[in-house]
Amino acid sequence: MNEALGYVHGLVGWAFSLAEAYDVPSLIGAGVFFLFAGLALLFACGVVFLRNVVHSALSLTATFICVACLYLSIDADFMGAVQILVYGGAVAVLIVMAIMLTRRDDMAHSNPSRGLWQHAGAAVVSGLFLLGMAAVAVLSPFQSAPQPLGDAAPGLADLMLSHYVLPFEVAAVLLLIAMIGAILLAKGAEES
Amino acid sequence: MGEYGGLGLFFLVALIFPVSALIPAFLLQPRQPTKEKRIPYECGVDTVGKTYVQYRVGYFLYALVFIVFDVETVFLYPWAVRFGHLGLFALIEMFIFIAILAVGLGYAWKKGALSWK
Repeated sequence: MNEALGYVHGLVGWAFSLAEAYDVPSLIGAGVFFLFAGLALLFACGVVFLRNVVHSALSLTATFICVACLYLSIDADFMGAVQILVYGGAVAVLIVMAIMLTRRDDMAHSNPSRGLWQHAGAAVVSGLFLLGMAAVAVLSPFQSAPQPLGDAAPGLADLMLSHYVLPFEVAAVLLLIAMIGAILLAKGAEES
Repeated sequence: MGEYGGLGLFFLVALIFPVSALIPAFLLQPRQPTKEKRIPYECGVDTVGKTYVQYRVGYFLYALVFIVFDVETVFLYPWAVRFGHLGLFALIEMFIFIAILAVGLGYAWKKGALSWK
């Protein structure tokens, strides 16, 4: 009995020393990042390749949620909440309602991919974009924060309502213009 | 990230419950599909027409107004968090912000975007 307990004790001690040696918390953090980054890419591929445009919209929403989880995993709580609230909620609803406005006989083939030339063009454009993004990612002198930034919302409020007050009010005007323009377009579509 | 670990665990357990209820049902169910069984279920009555129809533009207008005020909420939240420290100037700024968006709501109302015909 004592022998077995000693064995278990040794095993636990070995596991702890291993966890310390390999810095398990940061390994878990990396694992969480790669999990959600992979899921986001998978769902993004689903947006492109799924045949049914409603399924594409669902996949896009899943991508938004995965990106929100990425924000949460780097302690950007406010960004994560905004991502879920605005993109996972409102934008997803807007996209589904826009699909509901269209008239189709069969939703099963509503998101077709056509022709060799379109595929080649898409490959070239997305390849160039990837190159550009890679160049930015490699050449930018990113600095990691020395300590966790904490809650971002109060700092945002201080900047937004003092130094950046004009852009803040311009954002309101932008939202107003977007709403009026959309209503004009939609009412025009309704009348014709 | 620690506090979100608990949240992730919660989601995982919440996922296990329905899945563990569905898997035995999937394994044990007798499979005798007939044509009637395979039609979409619509409250017990036969489905009429196609599943996908063109919806009215009213739904879309509601979604648009919703998204604008959703974004407004995002701006309101940091202000509310720092309300005690920001003072009168910030209060006036925020009321200007809300007033500008209220103009949009008034426009939508006037144009009949909110009326449900």
